Amino acid sequence: MSTRDSVPTSKFAMFWSLTKPSQSGLLLATGLAGYMSARCPVFNISTILGLSISLFLAIAGSTLLNMWWDRDIDAKMGRTQKRVTSKGLVTDKEVLIVGVVVSIIGIGWALAIDWLYGIVVFAGWFFDVVVYSMWLKRRTCWSIVWGGISGAMPILAGRVLGLGSIDWIGLMLALGVLLWIPTHTLTFSMKFQKDYADAGVPTFPSTYGLDVTRFTIAFSSVLAAAAMVAAGIGIGMDWGFLRLLGVLSAGLFLLAAAMTFKPTERVNFGLFKYASVYMLAAMILVVLEVI
Amino acid sequence: MKLSSLDRTLLLLTVILASYQVSAGIDSFDTLPIIAYTIAFGVLLVAALLMFILGMEVLDSPVVVIVSTIIPLGLAVGLVWQHLASWRTSYLVFAIIGFLAVTLTRSIQMQNKLPVIVIAITHGIAGMTIFLLPIVIAIQGETKPLFALVGVGGAFIGLGGLLLSFLKTGKPILSRDTIMRLFPALLLLTTALFVAGFKFG
Repeated sequence: MSTRDSVPTSKFAMFWSLTKPSQSGLLLATGLAGYMSARCPVFNISTILGLSISLFLAIAGSTLLNMWWDRDIDAKMGRTQKRVTSKGLVTDKEVLIVGVVVSIIGIGWALAIDWLYGIVVFAGWFFDVVVYSMWLKRRTCWSIVWGGISGAMPILAGRVLGLGSIDWIGLMLALGVLLWIPTHTLTFSMKFQKDYADAGVPTFPSTYGLDVTRFTIAFSSVLAAAAMVAAGIGIGMDWGFLRLLGVLSAGLFLLAAAMTFKPTERVNFGLFKYASVYMLAAMILVVLEVI
Repeated sequence: MKLSSLDRTLLLLTVILASYQVSAGIDSFDTLPIIAYTIAFGVLLVAALLMFILGMEVLDSPVVVIVSTIIPLGLAVGLVWQHLASWRTSYLVFAIIGFLAVTLTRSIQMQNKLPVIVIAITHGIAGMTIFLLPIVIAIQGETKPLFALVGVGGAFIGLGGLLLSFLKTGKPILSRDTIMRLFPALLLLTTALFVAGFKFG
């Protein structure tokens, strides 16, 4: 259900919309891909279920708490004004309680499955809620780095659960996601520059200008592709899959170059969409490699 | 022009087929054909993906003329390397020079007909190679009969190239709308014929 276009009617649907289901689902998918990349017995249903539910709850819990913390600025921004928190359809207290409870269940479950996995999940939650939202978001445009680190934790957590330890491949996968996230966040901050200015949230475009922001998006996209290819090699990805990843990376590189040297709205949007497809394809290849 | 659901489906299928060909369809070949086919199908894949994301207006970009040269040249080099051993080096040199010439004549503003002549020669030779070579060697029994499908695919991609080229020179064979409507189906048909030809030929 969209948080922008329609207003949910049931209480569950309202809270569900606040968890940003598609974003949480995508992060969960990276967690599953990270788990499978460890080449562990992937068809262990109880582990897969435990990973899926605990990770989803932790991500959903952190998103709910972000919604609670940012309710004042969400009400000022056109893009987020229709959220149920901004419209007063749920109370602040309700969102806080549900966010805390869902977070505790998710992180607690993760710790119960495996302590190292649980710590990585908790780190993701902590970077997102405390460091990104509460501490830095309203102070510096560089907060997105911490938001990015938080977004990179699910794939690392998945690999840690499969492997039992943190290795360079897991870090490289996480780096790939971390570097991919600015493509999203910076594109949004360019598209909704006025919204962020109205809400007093510092962004790259408002701090450094559009050219620097475009270059940052292009550069981080290329580095994200390089990190994913490096991780693919580390995983021992089939040569054919690496070729395919190389082709998709070349497409990303060309769009990034076009964005740097001949920037247009269209190219910007194209890179934004292509980067998402790229990351999805990379995750699918990691999973196919194991299956 | 807004893409219909059917257009999106056709483009997505093209992406999937080209992905299959890059990742699994050329594994058993020598290094150079693998590189050539990866480049050709890779361009096809990325082009279809960009059309899927940004719409058919992508084809209006001036870069399209240069990029669309890579597909026939890549395929032709791969085919010649595999099936015409005595022509390998000379054909590779032709492909590199042809591509550079197309890039150069499209990058510098020229008043004469040189850019059109260069395009016609490069596309013409590469197109005829893709069309004729698979059919001839399939008839001669050097490959399985179904390898001729690669040649049929070559004919279709040549048709697509012609439609686009004439459109860009301002003398369209069909209207722009008709071409844009036909293109996703043409692209899928071409890719499917290539993939089937390599797989079963």
